[in-house]
Amino acid sequence: MSFVYEEIIHGYPKEKRYTLAILQDIQKRNGFIPREAMEYLSQYLGLPVSNIYSIATFYKALSLKPKGKHIIKVCSGTACHIRGSGTIKEELLELLGIKPGETSEDGLFSVEVVNCLGACALAPVVVIDDKYYGNMTKDKVKSVIDQYKEERVHG
Amino acid sequence: MDRNKDRRILVCCGTGCLANNSYNVYLKFKERLSEDAEIEVKPIMKSTGCNGLCEKGPVVKILPDEISYFKVTVDDVGEIVEKTIKNFETVDRLLYYDTNSGKRIKSHKEASFYKGQLKIALRNIGEINPLSIEDYMERGGYKALKKALDMKPEDIIREVELSGLRGRGGAGFPTGVKWRTCSEYKDQPKYVVCNGDEGDPGAFMDRSIMEGDPNTVIEGMIICGYAIGAHRGFLYIRDEYELALKNVRAAIDNAREKGFLGKNILNSGFDFDLEIVRGGGAFVCGESSALMASIEGNVGEPRAKYIRSVERGLWDKPTVLNNVETWANIPPIIINGWKWFKSIGTEGNYGTKVFSLVGKVKNTGLVEVPMGTTLRQLVYDIGGGIINNRPFKAVQTGGPSGGCIPKEHLDIPLDFDSLKAIGSMMGSGGVIVMDDTTCMVDVARYYMNFLAEESCGKCTTCREGIRTMLHILTNITEGKGEMEDIELLKEIAETVMEASLCGLGKSAPNPVLTTLEYFKDEYIEHIADKRCASGVCKNLTSYYIDENKCIGCTICSKNCPVGAISGRLKEVHVIDEDRCIKCGTCAIKCPRGAVRIGGMKVEA
Repeated sequence: MSFVYEEIIHGYPKEKRYTLAILQDIQKRNGFIPREAMEYLSQYLGLPVSNIYSIATFYKALSLKPKGKHIIKVCSGTACHIRGSGTIKEELLELLGIKPGETSEDGLFSVEVVNCLGACALAPVVVIDDKYYGNMTKDKVKSVIDQYKEERVHG
Repeated sequence: MDRNKDRRILVCCGTGCLANNSYNVYLKFKERLSEDAEIEVKPIMKSTGCNGLCEKGPVVKILPDEISYFKVTVDDVGEIVEKTIKNFETVDRLLYYDTNSGKRIKSHKEASFYKGQLKIALRNIGEINPLSIEDYMERGGYKALKKALDMKPEDIIREVELSGLRGRGGAGFPTGVKWRTCSEYKDQPKYVVCNGDEGDPGAFMDRSIMEGDPNTVIEGMIICGYAIGAHRGFLYIRDEYELALKNVRAAIDNAREKGFLGKNILNSGFDFDLEIVRGGGAFVCGESSALMASIEGNVGEPRAKYIRSVERGLWDKPTVLNNVETWANIPPIIINGWKWFKSIGTEGNYGTKVFSLVGKVKNTGLVEVPMGTTLRQLVYDIGGGIINNRPFKAVQTGGPSGGCIPKEHLDIPLDFDSLKAIGSMMGSGGVIVMDDTTCMVDVARYYMNFLAEESCGKCTTCREGIRTMLHILTNITEGKGEMEDIELLKEIAETVMEASLCGLGKSAPNPVLTTLEYFKDEYIEHIADKRCASGVCKNLTSYYIDENKCIGCTICSKNCPVGAISGRLKEVHVIDEDRCIKCGTCAIKCPRGAVRIGGMKVEA
């Protein structure tokens, strides 16, 4: 089934200033920005595709590649860093066999290393989809990931 | 049970507490109270914004009893209702444990964490339901707007000017001067912008204000709009801050319904409206000109500021841009007057500042103190000192643009000018506490890595200079450093500062320069001795057990994740260096401090 980005685009007035908002909505609904959506948006707003592309690649929240079912954000803000987020990150990446920004082979997880989620009191923090996991330890990483994997088995 | 009539149960639902399951605690209270027929008059339940002491969340306050409970779980709800709500007793085990006095404290106000604080920007947070405009109005909300609309715009600007309020976003530019300059340009339309793109790692005061008291930001912006003659405003908020976005959106709708936004506000003939723009997750967009470019629908790259944004900002029109915390200070200044504001703080640095106290400190959370409070008071009195009572090494202020402050400067007053004088800066107010297990070379490397990713790439010095510094620092942390690197780092740092366009590049070398200035020994130790005394740089670390101190308790070997430690009960233990992954767990767990950190392993 193809994704109806037209609907999102038409929900906004034809003004350049909505480019980012439209792309964010597409990202949220679809998990990434397809090339056709950028082309369609360029016609709609009367802007060159290169312009849309530059925005889609400048902002971290946007991705041109499909993402996994669950987005894991590992906070690497300063507070998390000095409380050992590096070890958490390594453990997670090793467990999933991927690098930051990549998606695991089973399509379940994408890992993003982000700069500060503003939950420093809980450092080190990992956020999966919208759920916060605070005071993370190496051991907790595995058990949390397993929970998500099992959900798939049951679901 | 009439005594319950005016009682309120406030459950903190800020991000920190939510992460610790506070919403379910809130729901449990609701359920438990509704089904309990014995309680005739039900207390009022509220989910509030952040109480500041996020580490000890979820926080539940009961008023007017002035009881605060910390780390409340769903299972505690029944007991709280039985004891506190019905019988006016406290549940002692949930009270705040004051590490300074070693006592449990009933009211949060007596806890040393809150004692030295003075709340202006955070005045309502944790006290009101952020989704209720009535709650805000009950505590004096929108009175400042009413007062302002009866004043002449010129008088409002004077009030802000005389108060001496300086921008809380980092640079500390006088807010009143900004407003005045903008008001003098007659070009229309003008704009009012709120910078809610908080990006400094370790800082979350803006998020808390937007989540916990969104109306104060809105009220501040409307007052500014009236004072400078603008009719439209934008709030640029990080897209990751979902709760902040939701609460600000609701507050705008409520304000419109009440006639505080829209046409002919409170019959004054003045029109003003607000719109939210979601940030795209680029650190550089916290820079004002990049932020405005982003609102316009462009890539968020800064521009040269030959012409200031108060003359030509958003869409080349006169624009006042202030940070969230600055806006939150406006309504109290209008209500209480500039003299009141100026009576707080130190010469040239008036009012309070919100700090997020994080890192290796016992009490982490949001703290609002009068300007001029010393670093020592912040870390030791309010923060309760260093975790596990380890030695203090440094604090980092001002985010990636700031610097590291060593213990010699612990008595420095925290204000814009004092921090700048020692090579750091206020920034947005992140205070990251570091102990002896933090490696300062690694901290400098960390920030260069951060900035290398976040540099927008427009200026060559910033783009390439930061990357080169990162490369050199990485070499040093891996044991490949040379003594010449120190001079080279300084040289590159000065070039980047000199030749970059915006604040990001100009201040990027601060972490490198301050660590070089105050912690040069650590650099030399890494380079010459190939040793990282903090045990952070794994290539330069080895662990061994001091035979004279080991008591053979076996705790280290039980906790070693790779089984690299051998030894019998009551005998000296030994670490097998080949199997050791240098995680440092043994050093943390050892009750006698017998695990020592050595340098790079010397090949036999």
